[in-house]
Amino acid sequence: MSIYTDAKYMDVPYEEKLKLFKEVKDDMRYDHNLYGCYECGICVAACPSARFYDFSPRVFAQIMAREDVDTFYELLNDNVWDCSQCYSCTRCPRQNNPGGIILMMRDAAVRAGLQSAKDALRAYSRIIYKVMSTGTQVAPDMLQPDFFPDWGTDVKAVAENLDVWRRAIPPETLHTTELAWDVSEKTRLELYMIWKLTGNLELIEGIDEGIYMILEEVMEELLDDNGYDIDDFENILED
Amino acid sequence: MSVTTQAPAVHTESKVPLKEFVRKGEPPTEDYREKLFELEAKGELEVQRVPEPIMEVETKYGRKKKIPVEHTWHHKSCGQCGHIPGYSTSIFWLHRQFGLDYFDPKDQSSCTAWNYYASSTSNSAAQAAIAVRNFAQAKLDGYFPLIHCGTSFGHYKETREEIIHHPELRDQVRRIMDRLKMPFVFPEEIVHYSEWIHAMRHRIAERQTLDFSNIVSTVHPACHYHKLVVEDAIYDRELYDGQRTAIVTGLVEALGAKAADYSTWHDCCGFGFRHILVSRDFSRSFATIRKIERMKEEADPDVTITHDTGCVTTLDKSQFAAQAHGRNVGIPVLSDAQFAALAMGAHPYNVCQLHWHGVDNKPLLEKMGIDHKKAWEEFETIAERIESGELDFMTWEDADVK
Ligand code: SF4
Ligand code: SF4
Repeated sequence: MSIYTDAKYMDVPYEEKLKLFKEVKDDMRYDHNLYGCYECGICVAACPSARFYDFSPRVFAQIMAREDVDTFYELLNDNVWDCSQCYSCTRCPRQNNPGGIILMMRDAAVRAGLQSAKDALRAYSRIIYKVMSTGTQVAPDMLQPDFFPDWGTDVKAVAENLDVWRRAIPPETLHTTELAWDVSEKTRLELYMIWKLTGNLELIEGIDEGIYMILEEVMEELLDDNGYDIDDFENILED
Repeated sequence: MSVTTQAPAVHTESKVPLKEFVRKGEPPTEDYREKLFELEAKGELEVQRVPEPIMEVETKYGRKKKIPVEHTWHHKSCGQCGHIPGYSTSIFWLHRQFGLDYFDPKDQSSCTAWNYYASSTSNSAAQAAIAVRNFAQAKLDGYFPLIHCGTSFGHYKETREEIIHHPELRDQVRRIMDRLKMPFVFPEEIVHYSEWIHAMRHRIAERQTLDFSNIVSTVHPACHYHKLVVEDAIYDRELYDGQRTAIVTGLVEALGAKAADYSTWHDCCGFGFRHILVSRDFSRSFATIRKIERMKEEADPDVTITHDTGCVTTLDKSQFAAQAHGRNVGIPVLSDAQFAALAMGAHPYNVCQLHWHGVDNKPLLEKMGIDHKKAWEEFETIAERIESGELDFMTWEDADVK
């Protein structure tokens, strides 16, 4: 039972919350990210997200240290995605890394396929597809006025001249429009093997089934073209 | 007196007698190089040595860091290559000007850390394997990794810490690398390109063709450069009394420009990883209210110089909407590589590719003594020849046409 009268998610069974809490505590990085908390607020003063959201890195450190499972679950759903992952909070005099705690929590939220994680990542799926399939995260062809309407008229100029302007850059690796640079087939193949061997494709399945299906098809095709069977690459983390 | 000349400089005259702080104690953090060599001695992995010739720099707690002059494998950045291509081009151009041996690989993947920090759709084993695959490829190609992106740099340093401390992670990475038929390699140092620029700054200044003495610049240090694994960032007693990272400011001063201080120097740019792509109201507000407007009010610089992908993008692109709202913005944003290249006479469009930037940088170019109208015509002539099919692409020789 939460100590707060206005606590949320009280309909979610405690065991479910505890399971996720334990996952975070069992993360190999946990001991290095939390050493206790003075409750001094230095991390909050340094935190960009704290200035524009109802958000505080201090609360993450406190809640984890106090093992307040109910509030942990609330943060996991309502606050983790506001963090900017800048690590300004490593100024902590207790040597905590609140940004690192948040990253471990996000990992747990994604692994569990929480609806709040799906909502936070809905508009982001195309980026996941880009990086996992091509090996580069953003590409010149993403510079479209409808995707970046607030970036000014230069985006329109880039979009209109994209092919020519890309070839008007001296390094040969940069004459690409769909990838940030020319990534070899060998490298993409090795990257796909890594995604498969570490269970990352299944992770995507839990977050966005549509993207998962397209990704699997793209990967299967390249592996197949190179004489590999996608099913030979089992998740080694489950051993 | 104009507002510009009143901007607070880095070296403000002290009103009290100067006392030099001398660090006596041992560094409070472990020496990751020693740990890597221990793992190598046990046969767990191979450590790639920094190739000669080496430049030595000092890091936060006094440890020396080795920076290679050349024979570097350029680990490119998604955001730089994709959206600010003059950034990477300037890094390569500088190497070419000094006649240094470098390699621009196609067998390189993104570190994928931007995605990881944004979405958590990955895990430690995948992230470590991606790092080691790139490092193994660099070793196989016979070059030493030089990391272009600040986030790759920070993330690889975190990965190094995890690999050193977690035998189970090493075991997972080893099994993956065996399946890839590649060796388990880690470099002796993780080196960011801006560290190479810092170490080369006096050589760059010797080759300077433009006078920057009337240029006032603010500096934004990248969070993932100096806040992630803090001990592995360059500090210099001569800059900020050794109390802040010397990166970028060292170059600005070496080129004779004035590095002007401002109160939110330590703040992030607002990039946010996820936010810059799908929640930009936050990034825009933070970049303009906490950074650009503060710089404008307190230093009124001609330019702000930074050294990472996300920082250039966020600080530059966020200003358009803010300007439409009548906010006090309008500072051109360049990387240190572009600033150094311009100082050495690089073409503003063929090399520095400034047409990919948002904020109007023409007044800055004029102050630098660059004829931007003529330069743009030169770029357009080449672009037209590409469009007509006469040229396949712009060569390095085309780019340097004066
Ligand atoms: S800076 Fe550290 S000790 Fe202080 S409140 Fe934040 S996490 Fe706690
Ligand atoms: S990493 Fe997150 S919690 Fe830490 S300072 Fe940055 S935004 Fe705040």
